[in-house]
Order: sequence, then structure tokens, then C-alpha cells
Amino acid sequence: MRINFRLNDQEVSWEVHPGESLFEALRRYGHQEVKGNNCRDGECGACTVLLDDVPVPSCTILIGKVEGKAVQTVKALGDAENLHPLQKAFLELGAVQCGYCIPGILLVAKALLERHPNPTREEIKEELSGNLCRCTGYVQQIEAVERAAQLLQEGGRDE
Amino acid sequence: MNKYRGVGQDVEKIDGQALVTGEPLFTDDFSLPGMLYGKILRSPYAHALIKEVDTSQAEKLPGVKAVFTYRNVPRRAYTTAGQGYPEPSPYDTFILDKKVRYVGDRVVTVFAESLSIAEEALSLIKVEYEELPAILDPAEALKKDAPVIHDEPEIQGAYDPKRNIVSHVELEIGNVEEALRGSRFAVEGVWETQYAQHCPMEAHIVISYLDERGKLVVRSSTQVPFHARRILSLLLNVPISKIRVIKPRIGGGFGAKQEVLIEDLCALATLRTKMPARLELTREEEFVSSRTLHPMRVKVRLGADKDGMLKALDMDILSNTGAYGTHGPTVFFNAGSKTLPLYNKAENVRFAGNVVYTNLPVAGAYRGYGATEGYFALECAIDELARKMGMDPLVLRQKNHIRPGETSPIFKKLGEGREGVPQVVVSCGLEECIKKGMTAFGWEKKRMLSREVAPGVFRGYGMAIMMQGSAIPLVDMASATIKMSEDGSFLLLVGATDLGTGSDTILAQIAAEQLGISMDKITVYSSDTDFTPFDKGAYASSTTYLSGEAVRKAASLVKEQVLSVARLLFRSSGEMELNDGFVLLKGTEKRVSLEEIGYRSFYMADQRQIQATASHVSEVSPPPFAAHFVEVEIDTETGKITPLKYVAAVDCGLAVNPGLTKGQIIGSIVNGLGFALSEELRFGPRGNPLNPNFLDYKVLSTLDIPEIEVILVETHEPSGPYGAKSVAEVCINGPLPAVANAIYDALGIQFKKAPFTPEVILRVLKKVP
Repeated sequence: MRINFRLNDQEVSWEVHPGESLFEALRRYGHQEVKGNNCRDGECGACTVLLDDVPVPSCTILIGKVEGKAVQTVKALGDAENLHPLQKAFLELGAVQCGYCIPGILLVAKALLERHPNPTREEIKEELSGNLCRCTGYVQQIEAVERAAQLLQEGGRDE
Repeated sequence: MNKYRGVGQDVEKIDGQALVTGEPLFTDDFSLPGMLYGKILRSPYAHALIKEVDTSQAEKLPGVKAVFTYRNVPRRAYTTAGQGYPEPSPYDTFILDKKVRYVGDRVVTVFAESLSIAEEALSLIKVEYEELPAILDPAEALKKDAPVIHDEPEIQGAYDPKRNIVSHVELEIGNVEEALRGSRFAVEGVWETQYAQHCPMEAHIVISYLDERGKLVVRSSTQVPFHARRILSLLLNVPISKIRVIKPRIGGGFGAKQEVLIEDLCALATLRTKMPARLELTREEEFVSSRTLHPMRVKVRLGADKDGMLKALDMDILSNTGAYGTHGPTVFFNAGSKTLPLYNKAENVRFAGNVVYTNLPVAGAYRGYGATEGYFALECAIDELARKMGMDPLVLRQKNHIRPGETSPIFKKLGEGREGVPQVVVSCGLEECIKKGMTAFGWEKKRMLSREVAPGVFRGYGMAIMMQGSAIPLVDMASATIKMSEDGSFLLLVGATDLGTGSDTILAQIAAEQLGISMDKITVYSSDTDFTPFDKGAYASSTTYLSGEAVRKAASLVKEQVLSVARLLFRSSGEMELNDGFVLLKGTEKRVSLEEIGYRSFYMADQRQIQATASHVSEVSPPPFAAHFVEVEIDTETGKITPLKYVAAVDCGLAVNPGLTKGQIIGSIVNGLGFALSEELRFGPRGNPLNPNFLDYKVLSTLDIPEIEVILVETHEPSGPYGAKSVAEVCINGPLPAVANAIYDALGIQFKKAPFTPEVILRVLKKVP
């Protein structure tokens, strides 16, 4: 079947299998920036994308559900030439180790900062609680989200 | 003050930008045309013989390309442990066997054109089992009439397989019984650790193919690419020259990937079909059928004189290695060798015990490598001794811990499943760690506070001290090659295996420091057995210390070559230094750029490639040290334990990259807190796993962590690169005893079996049956 949706601000029209998950379709279409899927149950958060600005584990979303919606992967944040403040802060504060969980965590943080530009530490912890990271122990990630909030308030990304 | 420009700096992780932008970097981010997908049929029984296996229907399914059973794969005993050769682990494993030894053991493997076809094929396979009596408790393994789990004739290197014993030690220095009898104060107890799993976010995955030369290429999420190549060669009867193992970025390992776990089946599929193949574990398989922490029962007895000086230390261990003995002997030895030297004042020391097979999942290497289990017992026993004496447990530790210039006979007696190597501890900041940690934590002030902070809510304060090692002395080797390009940039080729820790960055910093260049002038290629020199891999806290020193040596050789060209250009034998891409002739204005030297060497005069390779083996394993402090709050109505504040003061030698160092420390603390508070793989009455998923096996999330303060207590380790030691493991040992000690401090009850879940707390408080 064919499905039409917005992916990282581009209209796409994909031929998909009705039974496949958004994760599977994204990977099949070359979106290797979406990691994870070994739990296949939305438990680890690694495969998180934004669906109409709401973080969801893409392995639990049937592809049919995204018709007409907007999907964002970590590619929506920024690239090497134009990093999003979140990406910068994660690098600056050593919040990345193996990096496998990072695309999902960045998207959750992006959604949070768009809703609450100035979140409390507790709000950040609450928001990131569905995304497991076994390397960092989270401390530097929480600090990085705080730092990114600050960077965004100071005037957003560099041009 | 840091006198260096490359090391000791918070340099951004060199692979960081690619990771935050989601570039394709991991094993699974590349797929190959025509790639086959593998699935493994696993045993539903804890212990059984395969009487009949019928794969005919599966083989007929369109799209199925290969089906492996014990009948059509090579039979050769080996160990999956990725260790130096010859491995100290027993050869007790087969690619596929006609006997299964735990629920989740491998029975049949199918490779097909898609994952769904492979899954369908598994459902068409009929296996008839003859169930055997199973051993589900390690104490049962030692009983006289216990079933024999490894009765295969080929087994090698296990102590007494007919009695299910993988390793046995009985070691005594002095006379422990006599010393205990003569001790004014003595304590004894048994502490028990659980089945816990590493939970790397990326599960084990491998993709294999034949290259244009017909060479077998294996891309694997592994910590040990060179060991993987050697073991694959042995298993598949393919020469090492025909195998290339590549480690791309990997999504965490923590020891679970110090194994050759699935590469054999995937490579076999490629060799048989000539097609690319992919094999990935599901999360459930990762929990059940990869590797786990070694559950241990550790009995500790301590004796001290009236002043609190330790006179006797006794550690007796029953270690459960599960169905196969990979890392069994060495993890057991480390439970003693990494803990007992900490209290080197005791002249009478005993270390004994058994590692046994059971019909449960296979324990392996796990960050901490036995020390975690040892410290849980030892550091809880120290607290108990202090209570008996009415002494502050911190003071008791201060009286007894090892100090610079001191040694312990244990270093020589206990090594890697055999004798170790004697050493004197040169760098040791433990005294300062304790002082700084207690001040930051407010130890003395907090211990004066009332423990009941609200009706039924108690707070407690606990601590623990610990050490580990840096690399395996006189066993493991690391090497590095550095070659120069004509623009004055360098390629650093290392066999070292960055599993997310940031070791590529650390190693580049060390090279940059030695060569006087900025980080952007170095490109690191790591872990490709065809293009990088040998390195044992990422384990035993080795990379910064051992591989780092190999890099420093290689860079120093390259530097000599660069300076020899500069000397000709300067026409001077004066002293020179490398700085920011230039060679400077000291005391003059003269300088020459590395670019000039590069072009000259490539194209003009004395033409040659400037490059060098260096290798390093260490004669010692300098321990990193740490002191941990934790404040917990316990709600006796719900049984919930909340860690509120955690302070870790850590002697890491020189911190090559303080940010990455802290990341290692915090990550290991949070994993250790998981051991204390929630993590446990549980089993039903037939050895069937009950909770192999992230909903039922609770890994800590952002909501579960305390405020964590890390204090780096830098010392100078003369045998390490620029004074560095390795700190990837040491801090995972602290949370179990520190939290248990804090719980005692709050409630006056000892919890000796991890984890301390709300159910356990309520049961002990008799609030639930």
C-alpha cells in the first residue's frame, strides 16, 4: 500500500507493507538514523521519533497510522554544519558514550523544550524516563538538556 | 595545574558529532544486497538430550537457504570467552550440540531471505528431547549424585567436570583459623549476588560476507575483534589469513561482548551459501542467551585486634557460571585478587571456593569482573566489624587500607585463573579519596542526624572503598601504528576497541600530546583485523592504560623520525620541541612545519614514509581506587529505597579526558545502583526465565538516580601514559555495599542478598509474608 506523510519537513509517498512498523519502514527507506528495535515493544526508547511533535517508539507504530502526519527523526534537529543546541550541548557535556540511545533521547528533549522552554530538572527527568541509556548514568544528559534550554533562550542556533 | 595540551583536556568525543546526527555507524546500519537473516531455535528445557531433530519442512520452505543442527556443523570444543590465547576458560562449548544445558541454549539455526521466513521456518522444526534432571541451585551442583552437566569427552580445562566444578581454589597465606581465634573482634557472613544482565542498548549483532577475494569478512558488535578472528579460525577451520573482523561503532558492551557469541553461526552461513548473512539477538535472547553477571555466594570472615587492625581475612566463594564456563575461573579469581589486597595489613589471608556449572543462563565477563561480588561481601563485613567495635566504619577502613609503596602477597598468588604477578602499589590516592569524599558528602555531620525523618521514613548513610586493576599484566598486549601524511596530519591505527567509552578519543589525545598537534590533525581507525595492529580488545580496564601506552610509544617513535628530518633542515643538533604543527629549535626563532617535513619525506629528499608501530605489555596492573558514599531514604510502608545523594571520589591517575572519565564513573555507579535496587533475572521452577524484558527487569531510568557528585583525585601512575590508569570498572563495585551499609544504618537490618527491592524490604520488615 502507499502512504503519504511528512518526514523531516519533506512530503513523502512510500510503498509500504501494511503489517510493518514505522521503524521497519524508516529503516527500509534508508533512515538508518533511527536505532534500536531489538525490544520490539517500545520498552527501551532507542527508536523514538516524533509523530506530530509527540515522542513515540517507532517500533510500536503501525505504518498505517502515520498517514497525513508529520514524522521527525534526529535528522530534523541538525546536521554536522548546523547542529541543534541540543546536539551541541550533548557533545559539550560528554552526554554521549556509545550513542545508540542518543537519537531517541534528543528527540524527546526537543519535544520537551518546544513545550517547556525552561523545564525544571524534575521535568527533564520525567520526560527522559522512557529512554534507557546503559552507558552514561544519565547525569550528563540531564545537564545537557538544561544547557540546551539555556542556549536556545540565548538566541538559538548559530547561523 | 595541567602541564599538557592534549591530555587532561575535555576534548569532544571524536565520533560524537556523527552519533548526535544519527549517521550510519553501527553494525546494522549497513545492509548488503541478498543478505540472509538468521534466527536461532532455542531449548525449552534446562537440561535435555536432543533425540530427534527434523528440519525437513523448514528446509523446504521457499527462501530458506541454510539450516544448521549439531549434525552438520563442525564439532570442536572451544570457549566463547574472548581472552588471550591460550584462554584460561574451559573448552566446554560446541557450535551446536546434541545436548542442551539451559533454557535458551542453541538447538537449530536457520538462515533465510527474510527474518519472517526464518521465523516461520523455526516453527516448522520438530525436536524431540529427552529431559534430564537439572541443577538450578549452585549448591546442588556439588552434591554427590548431582547430574553431570558436561559429560562430553572433549571437555578441556575444567577442574572436575564430573562433579560440575569448573574451577577450585584453596589458598592460604599465614594461618587464618588461628588468627581468627586470636582476634579480639571477628565477624562472618554470606553475601549473595543475583543473575543480572549487561543490557547494552544494542544487542549482539553480526553481518558477514565474502569479499571480492573470497575472504570472510565479519562485521561484529564485539569487544574483541582479534580474539574473534582467532576463535572463528579454529571453529570454522578457515585460516586466520582468510578472515577479517571489523568492529564498527558499537552500542555498548560492558563485558557481554567479550565473547564470540553468534559470529560462528553467521560466518558459517556465509561460508556455506556464499551469501551475506546477518544475525541479531532479540532483547529476550540478550537477557537469556548472551551472558550475565556471575551469581556468587561469598562468605567472608574477618578478625581484628582491639585497635581495629585486621588480622585475618577469609573469603570463600561459590560461583555459579551457568551452563558453560566462559570467564568462570577468571571472574572467580578476580573476586579475590581485586578485593583482598585493599586490606593488605592482614597477615593471614585465605581465598577459596568453587565455580560450578548449573542449568541456568551462562555467566560471563561483566564490568567489575568478580570484584563487584567480592566487594559486596567484603565491604559489608567491614561495616559489621566496625559496628561490633563501636568504631566509625570510615575510620576502620582508614586504619587498614593499602597505601603507596605497599604490596600484598595476593597480587602474586591470584592471577587470571592461575598465579598472578607481584607488584608494589605506586600511585594510590585512596587516603585522599576518603577525605575528599567524606567532606563533600558531609559524612560526620550526616551521621549525627536523626535517622527517622518522617513517620515510617528513615534515612541511612553508607560507604565503601574499592580498587580494581589496569590491564592484565604479562598477558595482554596492545599495539598502535601511526603514519604521517604529507600535510603534517597523522593516521592512528589501533586494534583497541572503542565500545562507546570514548577510547578512540583518549588514544588520539595521547598521540596528539606526544606529537604536539591539535586533535583535528589525527584520524583514528580502530579495530579492523586487516588494517590495524593487534590489540587484545576492550576489557580488564586496559584501553587507556595499556593501549594508551602503546600509542604513546608509537607517537614517540614517529616524533623521533620527524625530529631527525628537522635536525637536517636546521643543520643543528640543538634541542627541539614539537608544538602546534611545528618543530621549533629551542633558543632560536627557527621553526619548520610538519607539512614541510611531510612533503620533503614523500617527494624530495631522504624519501620515506614516516611511521612507526609500537607494542606494549605491562608488568604491573596499577589499581584505580575509589571511595563511595551514599544517602538513602527508606519508606517502610512501601519498602521503597530511594538513593538521594551519591559521592564518588576516584583516583584515576591522570584523567586523560576528565569529561569522559566522569562519564565512565557515573555510568558504572548507576549500573551498580541497579544491582542494589532492582535488577534481577528470575527463573521459574524449570529454569525458565520469568522476566527477560525491560518492563519486568528494571534497569534504572532518569527517575531512579540520585544526585551524583564525582570527585577526581588525580595521581601520577609512572607506568601509565602520562600517569593515567584505567577507570571503566572500579566504580561498579561501590553501590552494592554502600547501599547495603546505608540500609543498615537506617534500619539496623543487614540485607545480604541483592537486589534490595521493595518486596524484600517489606518481607524482612514483616509487612508482607
